[in-house]
Amino acid sequence: MSLLEIRNLTVEFATASGSFRAVDSVDIDVKTGEILAIVGESGSGKSVSMLAMMGLLPWTATITADRMSFDGTDLRGISARARRQIVGKDIAMIFQEPMSSLNPCFTVGFQIREALKAHLDLDKAARQKRAVELMELVGIPDPERRLSAFPHQLSGGMNQRVMIAMALACKPRLVIADEPTTALDVTMQAQILDLLTGLQAETGMALILITHDMGVVAETAERVSVQYSGQKVEDQPVRDLFAAPRHPYTAALLAALPERATERRLPTIPGVVPGQFDRPAGCLFSPRCTRADETCRTVPPPVQEPGTARCHYPLAAPAAAEAEA
Amino acid sequence: MSRPPVATARALTRHYAVGGGLFGKPQVVRALNRASFSIEPGKTLAVVGESGCGKSTLARLVTMIEEPTEGTLEIDGVKALPETWRQLRSKVQIVFQDPQSSLNPRQRIGAILAEPLVINQPRMSAPEREAKVRETMALVGLRPEHYDRYPHMFSGGQRQRIAVARALMLAPRVLVLDEPVSALDLSIQSQILNLLMELQERLKLAYLFISHDLSVVRHIADDVMVMYLGKTVEAGSRDAIFAAPRHPYTRALLSATPVADPTHQKERIKLVGELPSPLNVPPGCPFAPRCWKASDRCRRTEPQLSGDRHQAACFHPEDAPV
Repeated sequence: MSLLEIRNLTVEFATASGSFRAVDSVDIDVKTGEILAIVGESGSGKSVSMLAMMGLLPWTATITADRMSFDGTDLRGISARARRQIVGKDIAMIFQEPMSSLNPCFTVGFQIREALKAHLDLDKAARQKRAVELMELVGIPDPERRLSAFPHQLSGGMNQRVMIAMALACKPRLVIADEPTTALDVTMQAQILDLLTGLQAETGMALILITHDMGVVAETAERVSVQYSGQKVEDQPVRDLFAAPRHPYTAALLAALPERATERRLPTIPGVVPGQFDRPAGCLFSPRCTRADETCRTVPPPVQEPGTARCHYPLAAPAAAEAEA
Repeated sequence: MSRPPVATARALTRHYAVGGGLFGKPQVVRALNRASFSIEPGKTLAVVGESGCGKSTLARLVTMIEEPTEGTLEIDGVKALPETWRQLRSKVQIVFQDPQSSLNPRQRIGAILAEPLVINQPRMSAPEREAKVRETMALVGLRPEHYDRYPHMFSGGQRQRIAVARALMLAPRVLVLDEPVSALDLSIQSQILNLLMELQERLKLAYLFISHDLSVVRHIADDVMVMYLGKTVEAGSRDAIFAAPRHPYTRALLSATPVADPTHQKERIKLVGELPSPLNVPPGCPFAPRCWKASDRCRRTEPQLSGDRHQAACFHPEDAPV
């Protein structure tokens, strides 16, 4: 059974110029102990779908879903109080920029202990002990002293470790890491990713990694879900995805990676992601797709097995996909 | 095919004094130490390194925004001094990382692109300027109707095209590209990289390409310079550096870069610790506290760049026995 099961999630924002669909009928399944990567360009709705699940979107958002359950609990009609019991405890989130997600007015120790105080039944001494443990767990040297440091006194990598410690404070069963390494340097990125995957293997929690970096996906994820313009266009195990992408968008995205280039001139995807007013009637990728025909432009494509690509003409065999790339 | 280099730097150094209140003594940040390089027309020199390694300081010196503390810079055979800056500045232009914040939101594209001409070639007539602007717009793949639009009406990739066009207005010889694609989405990144490579071929531009993304550097660079804490630790041709890195830091950097291939066997070199503060750079080799090969000698004396074409500043380089 899936730990997190989301069916047909749609999120619409009311804007001054009409409603804008940020997430369009997305399905997400995560099992315990799995690492799922959600990949997409900016504006593809990858963060919004997670925020919707946690109830962190502003009132302008309208969230509809056929099913949205975490470990058997339905998250749709849940009261705010009951949601807070789950969010922060069983579901934790790590945000992109540690510097702007930590409160600059409080020490990092206070902020970690605050999470413990809200969710666990520990006394003051036990909270302090647990905070020190957590700091050790995420590899911060000299934890007792560092607990009384303010965020500005620590480096970006250290702050991200604090964020991870905070997320892990209540032994969550699902951690959502939203671009956890984008603001960090490469060597720090490697350390943080190793830390996250190590902790994931140790605790058996599920991890959703939201990213736009194909390299990070290839090295950490087990399964990948590709999003484009609010829709999930493909969902495959990581090896299959890189060896044989089924959706033309995934194939084009992989071909555009400089490290996969065979010639000096890189293959490109013409055009840009559709906006609020130029959403195509059929397949959202059809204006940029080299294989699109009349059907693609008028009829929204169905989701197709295997590889569950949302495409009328998914790239079939691995051989064909190779030739395409 | 060795043409005379269009930009040559010799031992460029820039120190900043920071702090120092009423009674405190100011401390010195050695942001850039003795960086030397030369770029030929039509070639790309990539500068790689993590934040705080002096990449952006180097960009500021090469674009003559700041004066070096020591060392010399020569552009097109003329020594860059504050007296000659005025004449040289139009030959070196810069493209910044984030086009959103480097374009004036209240100016139309036509005005943004005309501004360099208004300032530097005041005798040019308005129709001539407009013709030049439109010509450059076509060169970078912007459509004529974009002339009257504002920056917010464009996507990130289009805005970066505008930034490139603005840099090209004065027909520069050298373009400093400060992380030009790292703020862009993947599908747009390749469009801009292609544009940069086409322009280079057509206009014989020399690029100083500052980046932390090694897969992009590998694709676009001819030569690579790796920096750590304000010092050049390795320099050489792209092929030499990617095939056989000699400095341990370069090896660590390469091994830390994620490879977009799940079947790739990685042997990751784990670096311990963090970048030391540039305020107190360790005495010997700056990388010694994090290096797995460091010996007492590394901690005491500073290694100098050695080697002929492929240089490395290390006492225990990869090809030599330890």
